[in-house]
Amino acid sequence: MAYKHFEAIEKHVGLLGVLIAIMVSLGGLAEITPLFMEAHSVKAPPGVKPYDPLRLIGKDVYVREGCYLCHSQMIRALRFETERYGHYSIAAESVYDRPFQWGSKRTGPDLARVGGKYSDDWQRMHLMNPRQVVPQSNMPAYPWLAHNKIDAADVQARMRALRRLGDPYSDAEIAGAPAAVEGKTELDALIAYLQGLGIRNEPASTAAANAAASDGGTP
Amino acid sequence: MPNTEYYNDRVVRQFLLAAAVWGIIGMSVGVYAAAELMWPALNFETSWLTFSRIRPDHTFGVIFAFGGSALMGTCYYVVQRTGHARLAFTRLAGFTFWGWQLVCVLAMTTMPLGLTQSKEYAEPEWFIDILIAVVWVSFGVVFFGSLARRRIKHIYVANWYYGAFIIAVGLLHIINNLVIPVSLTKSYSIYSGVVDAMVQWWYGHNAVAFFLTAGFLGMMYYFVPRQAQQPLWSYRFSIVNFWALISVYMWAGAHHLMYTALPDWVQSVGMAFSLVLLMPSLGSAANGLLTFNGSWHKLKTDPAAKFMVMSLVFYGAATFEGSMMAIKSVNSLSHYTDWTIAHVHSGSLGWVAMITIGSLYAMAPRALGRPEMHSRKSMELHFWLHIIGTLLYVGSMWTAGVTEALMWRATNPDGALTYGFLDSLIAIKPMYVIRWLGGVCILSGMWVMAWNLWHTAADARARLIKPIPVPIPEPVPHQVPAPLPAAG
Repeated sequence: MAYKHFEAIEKHVGLLGVLIAIMVSLGGLAEITPLFMEAHSVKAPPGVKPYDPLRLIGKDVYVREGCYLCHSQMIRALRFETERYGHYSIAAESVYDRPFQWGSKRTGPDLARVGGKYSDDWQRMHLMNPRQVVPQSNMPAYPWLAHNKIDAADVQARMRALRRLGDPYSDAEIAGAPAAVEGKTELDALIAYLQGLGIRNEPASTAAANAAASDGGTP
Repeated sequence: MPNTEYYNDRVVRQFLLAAAVWGIIGMSVGVYAAAELMWPALNFETSWLTFSRIRPDHTFGVIFAFGGSALMGTCYYVVQRTGHARLAFTRLAGFTFWGWQLVCVLAMTTMPLGLTQSKEYAEPEWFIDILIAVVWVSFGVVFFGSLARRRIKHIYVANWYYGAFIIAVGLLHIINNLVIPVSLTKSYSIYSGVVDAMVQWWYGHNAVAFFLTAGFLGMMYYFVPRQAQQPLWSYRFSIVNFWALISVYMWAGAHHLMYTALPDWVQSVGMAFSLVLLMPSLGSAANGLLTFNGSWHKLKTDPAAKFMVMSLVFYGAATFEGSMMAIKSVNSLSHYTDWTIAHVHSGSLGWVAMITIGSLYAMAPRALGRPEMHSRKSMELHFWLHIIGTLLYVGSMWTAGVTEALMWRATNPDGALTYGFLDSLIAIKPMYVIRWLGGVCILSGMWVMAWNLWHTAADARARLIKPIPVPIPEPVPHQVPAPLPAAG
């Protein structure tokens, strides 16, 4: 393009603005639109259910405390990753994560399949003061979680909001939510969430593959 | 004919002050967070002092509060000077200042209390996001309104970058933050899983592209030629780089999700475009550096020029590194490690902070009615504190990142993993101390700058400075838009 054609853009602010908007939109449209279409046509695979009330609150505590800043939940399809953490993560496992919790940095280990690796008591002691069980750990202590009680009405509001977004909660599940979180603390909820990771959100097909490969290394 | 139009430098001065204050706040939080990674007891078992709660405060504080205030302030300064016209909509411009400060205060106080969307660099909850959108649109109206009333026919290239920065950041912010609120303090993203990951890193990567690159390139394209007292090395080259940069960057976000559950084709597209991105990035850095041809002697005497030259060197280096890290096999090593932290900080401390500091040192005396900064010696001191701090920070985090990466993938001859995760943490702890020391140096430098600005602003504080009249150029025949009358 000869410079004289270009001059028109350079002297008309409206034209410049419109062209900028077009140029910056292309990449996003090309990459996000296909994924968005796909996500709306594919249903959650068998075996993957939305979070039950206690684990839902646990996940929201995980989000609130910012656990994702040091722990990923995405086992990459690489030999040394699957050796350490188990079967690589697949898309179906995070269909109910709003927002996704894949993380971007591992100051601590990946948690995608941490469920069942440690006992509830170990998790409790670790969250109250990590150095009780791992002396060299640099993870902060989260003792306030043990004092915070869960608000039952809030759980129902959260489930209703998620249902509006398409998560298949039934009326009975929402009605039963207060009973499910009765007397529980945020610490209980977080532990329930962690213990379900890699177990409760796993599609039936991966579970079989995982069982076959479970002779892999220890974390 | 008497000239009655004056530059609106009041809002520029306000943003200048805000940038200095937020810079110190944002970096102090960063230094504290770095210390907590080494000495975890420093959270004193208090929720709002804990690393995972204050880390978003550090990133928001330095990117949006410090960087944002500096960008808006310089943008208003540059658009007036390059267009020879007063800023449009004086009151709306004032609103963008107070609105942005309100956004920053709200975000910085709610995030440590646990109100977060957990989307990196977009953590503030929905009610703050709405306020951000309102302020941002106002900012766009003031900027494009000012361009529309310019008296110089050509729109100078710095304004192109500022314009792209405003348009793209508005678009990114709105699309990434679409949520359904549950209550005032909690919302759920309309995206989930893989789609959310793609939207988030399309946003996250382009927040880097348009907030931390395009915006600051706008700053560079005005203040570097100004400080070098040379014309831009190649104006045409800057135009080529501009279109390449803004169109290619938007494709590269997927390189944050290599080897994940994101479809393979998106990962490959992300990697390919990240490599193409090398050209406009290095091109912009070269254009800035070559502008100093004939003025290199200024580096001996002018600390602001020194900041600018070093920032361009870091820009070239960090963008080169970024493209390399987007190669899948390199990424398998670097991802999730402190190498990423090193890369981000060589970009943010090296490029963003240094071009900002250089530009503030160039702009402050002019906006504050002084011939030069109060103390040249303290500018020198700031330069050395900043460069030493940056090198300590980046060097230690590179070492830590590569150490972790190699330990995570090391296997014994029988195929079993050599190290447990904890071994890698123990190995890099000394690096966390060095990183913290680097942060202390940089923060000290910011205090030196604040002291210097405070004294340079003595006349402004005493309300002694006079507004600067707009130089009205001779009208050009057939100018579009028609030039404004002098009494505008």
